[in-house]
Amino acid sequence: MYELIKNPNVDWIGLKRYFILFSVVLLAIGGASAAWRGFSLGIDFSGGTLVNIKFKGTPPPEDQIREALGQQGIDIGKVIIQPISDPLAGIRNEVLIRLPQREAAGGAAESELDVEKRAILAALARFNDPAAVASRKIDLNTVSRDRLREALLQFDPLGLVASSGRTAADAEYGKYAAAIVTYRDQQKGGLIGDLSDLKAVADLPPKLVDALAEHFFAGNAAMISAEIVGPQVGQQLRQRAIYVTLASLVGVLIYIAFRFEWIYGVAAVVAVFHDVLVTLGIFSLLQEEISLNVVAALLTLIGYSVNDTIVIFDRVRENLRLRRREDLTKIVNDSINQTLSRTILTSGLTFLAVLALYLFGGEVLRGFSLVLVIGIIVGSYSTLAIASPVMLWWQAWRARRAARRRVVGPAAAAKAATQKEKERKVTVSR
Amino acid sequence: MMSRRLRNRLLLSASVVVLSLYLLFGPFRVRDASGQVSLRAVASNFTLRQLKQNLANNIKLGLDLKGGSHLILQVQTDDAVRAVTDGNAEKARAVLQEVKIKFKNVTAPAPGRIEVDLEDSANIEETKSRLTTDFGPGWTARNEGTKVIFEMRDEEKAEIRERAVEQAMHVIETRINAFGVAEPTIQRHGPPQSYQILLQLPGVDDPERVKNLIRAESRLELKLVDSGPYPTEEAARQALGGTVPPDKQILPSRERRREPGAPAIQYYVVEKVSVITGNDLRNAQAVPSQTGGSIYEILFSLRPSGAERFGTVTSANVGKNLAIVLNDEIKSAPVIKEAITGGEGRIEGDFTKEEAEDLALTLRSGALPARVTYLEERTVGPSLGADSIRQGFAASIGGLAAIVLFMLFYYRLSGINAVICLILNLLLLLAAMRVFGAVLTLPGIAGVALTIGMAVDANVLIFERIREELRAGKVPASAVALGFERAFTAIFDSNLTTIIAALFLFVFGTGPIRGFAVTLTAGLVANLFTAVFVSRTLFLWVLERRTERMETLSI
Repeated sequence: MYELIKNPNVDWIGLKRYFILFSVVLLAIGGASAAWRGFSLGIDFSGGTLVNIKFKGTPPPEDQIREALGQQGIDIGKVIIQPISDPLAGIRNEVLIRLPQREAAGGAAESELDVEKRAILAALARFNDPAAVASRKIDLNTVSRDRLREALLQFDPLGLVASSGRTAADAEYGKYAAAIVTYRDQQKGGLIGDLSDLKAVADLPPKLVDALAEHFFAGNAAMISAEIVGPQVGQQLRQRAIYVTLASLVGVLIYIAFRFEWIYGVAAVVAVFHDVLVTLGIFSLLQEEISLNVVAALLTLIGYSVNDTIVIFDRVRENLRLRRREDLTKIVNDSINQTLSRTILTSGLTFLAVLALYLFGGEVLRGFSLVLVIGIIVGSYSTLAIASPVMLWWQAWRARRAARRRVVGPAAAAKAATQKEKERKVTVSR
Repeated sequence: MMSRRLRNRLLLSASVVVLSLYLLFGPFRVRDASGQVSLRAVASNFTLRQLKQNLANNIKLGLDLKGGSHLILQVQTDDAVRAVTDGNAEKARAVLQEVKIKFKNVTAPAPGRIEVDLEDSANIEETKSRLTTDFGPGWTARNEGTKVIFEMRDEEKAEIRERAVEQAMHVIETRINAFGVAEPTIQRHGPPQSYQILLQLPGVDDPERVKNLIRAESRLELKLVDSGPYPTEEAARQALGGTVPPDKQILPSRERRREPGAPAIQYYVVEKVSVITGNDLRNAQAVPSQTGGSIYEILFSLRPSGAERFGTVTSANVGKNLAIVLNDEIKSAPVIKEAITGGEGRIEGDFTKEEAEDLALTLRSGALPARVTYLEERTVGPSLGADSIRQGFAASIGGLAAIVLFMLFYYRLSGINAVICLILNLLLLLAAMRVFGAVLTLPGIAGVALTIGMAVDANVLIFERIREELRAGKVPASAVALGFERAFTAIFDSNLTTIIAALFLFVFGTGPIRGFAVTLTAGLVANLFTAVFVSRTLFLWVLERRTERMETLSI
């Protein structure tokens, strides 16, 4: 059999000084960054408008987009324009336009939630063929299926209304509209290059394609997605995210306390809390955006990191049962070493899966998978370096307390001894 | 000879697999088009196209994958409280006039508060008791000087608000359904007393029209015209002698057929009390205008009680004008030529077909009890959804492939066992999602990737443990038994803690996060079954098939 590591014998607990120093430094850097630069909150939490626009070719230069937005009355000082690049597919001709929450966050702003989205869409018209726009033709790249059906029915390029009546014509044009829109969205990534491309759609009569140019054109840009979050929701989501994270930590604590002992539960939760803080610190350092998805990933990280810790604690529990009289530190060290190849294998393989997600998962999953990429490294580390020392430290503290009692007097000593024996039993019997 | 225990295990595993396959690729037809049970019909289920179709039907995709709009609406429930308050203030005036108690003023300065200012303090107690009976138990009364102040109790307010949200949901549902959106979701959203509604519209990438439809008010009132039209509001007021009496009001009109040269907006003085309101409406539909062209109008019919009132009023007022008022704007003010007893009328206006249909729809579904505003809007175009699916699956498959290769390399023949478990895990996960009606979202795909990770973890835990036992000199059979036994608690505990974290995500999370939680939970439960039960069954099978005692195990 292949083996990754043969009989590892590392004194993990002996190294705890360095680990804790390392963690403290990491936390301090993260904390300083969070205090100084804060977090880059996504629009889920900060509120605002985020529109993803796809262009037919290379997107126009940023200042041209800015200028067009400015003409629609958008405060261009606050706009963030960010091209989407895919590390594997290269440039995708997409641009993210982001606007922060408007200042006037009162009732008026709430009812006009989508003003900015509409302004952005209006600004896009500028990048279209001016002749087509002036002629009031309909942009096939931005039209919705229903509107296309209605427009086809109105212009009646095949003369169906006269030949087969309004209802039948409506149904027929509905089919063509669906075929055109499906072709645009599924085959062409949201943008039809040229009207003649529609000849490739088998369900469309060639005559229709020929007639389309009279009333329609294929515009240069289209909205791929839009997210608008009002201030009230932003605040709600923010509160909820913190609440959910803390609540799930408590849930984990209670479960481990129930299955093992309080000490183990607390140690595991301290380790997980450490992971969450370190990850948040790194997000602040990198100024990576924190969105709802990122919070979900943090919660996953909690589950994952606890999973790692439990595997080791489970081993400690088992070894305690077998080797009653041995030093706890030795047992913990051995337990970590015995499960080390499993820890490395599992973390390594999960890391592979998550890395694939980070690299291939696309823009939407980037923040999410970044948390997991960081989290798996930090989570495995904290399991080895934080959870066990915390657990041992508490055990030692308890033993010292028991010992202090013993010095007090023979009666108290006897009591303390039984107490200690009891504690030992509790640990052993589980 | 296979032991009974192994046979049972294999049987159970196989049935779970078959059931999952059925859940994912079924239902299957046994009858052909003519209704006959035939082999041919059964065979037709198993074309690649049909299986793909069934799979697509069985696994519901979230809005982030298939595209659509997600809206969160705030119901301005203050409006509903205000409406009740205004109604009661109106009632107070009528009652006081009826019993001849003189008052200076009845005002409603805030929703849920009515102030009655009496001429003198002699009638305070009578006013109090009369109006309290009239307003009902939801109100409290106290007096300050000559004023009697009524306030709505908090419970009453809460109930009105609650009802307003329920009613708004009902109205919105009716409107959305008529709009033809497939499988919309309409549900309460947010914490209690936030009065929010979540609306999900799959496949709608242009939420504007839906929003307009929801926002559209549709207060239809028919009112008798007192005088008019006047070219300006001021002129109308002058005609009334400078002030508008409480039983009259001035309303604007944008009538289509006017004399040439008339101003764009004209004003009428109308009776404040309506002859008919939207509540009397039985039906409304858009019909092409009698004048022809592409102009549409709305034909409405009334409920019996309304129709009767309509008949009485029209017969008593032949020759007068009747204003058709929509949302405080006069659409037309035709002359009553004769008593209209059939209970039918028309709203003429400059409507296109689309406008007329939307308007008829809003009239049919009734008015919203309160205004709605939008708190959140997310729209995903279908092309992004298609991209996301491709990328998400590519990532999951990529991750899976790397893991499979590694497991086969590292654990050799036992690796095959792990790979079978992984694939089975995915199968069960998807089947479980079908059973729970869960929706697959993009974070859900990430949940799948993570499930793969946890499933591998379980296998690695077991295999490493078996190796340990083998190293300690145990024979394969007992090494396998011990390996599973010892690894079980760790697998169980770790999966369950993750499930606990996922439960919190599900309970408190929204949208895609919930999808993630469901996927993860289903995956972990499936994992417990495949990694612990199925994997062991496979080991037992391999071990039993060798009759002579096996000396080695490929692991």
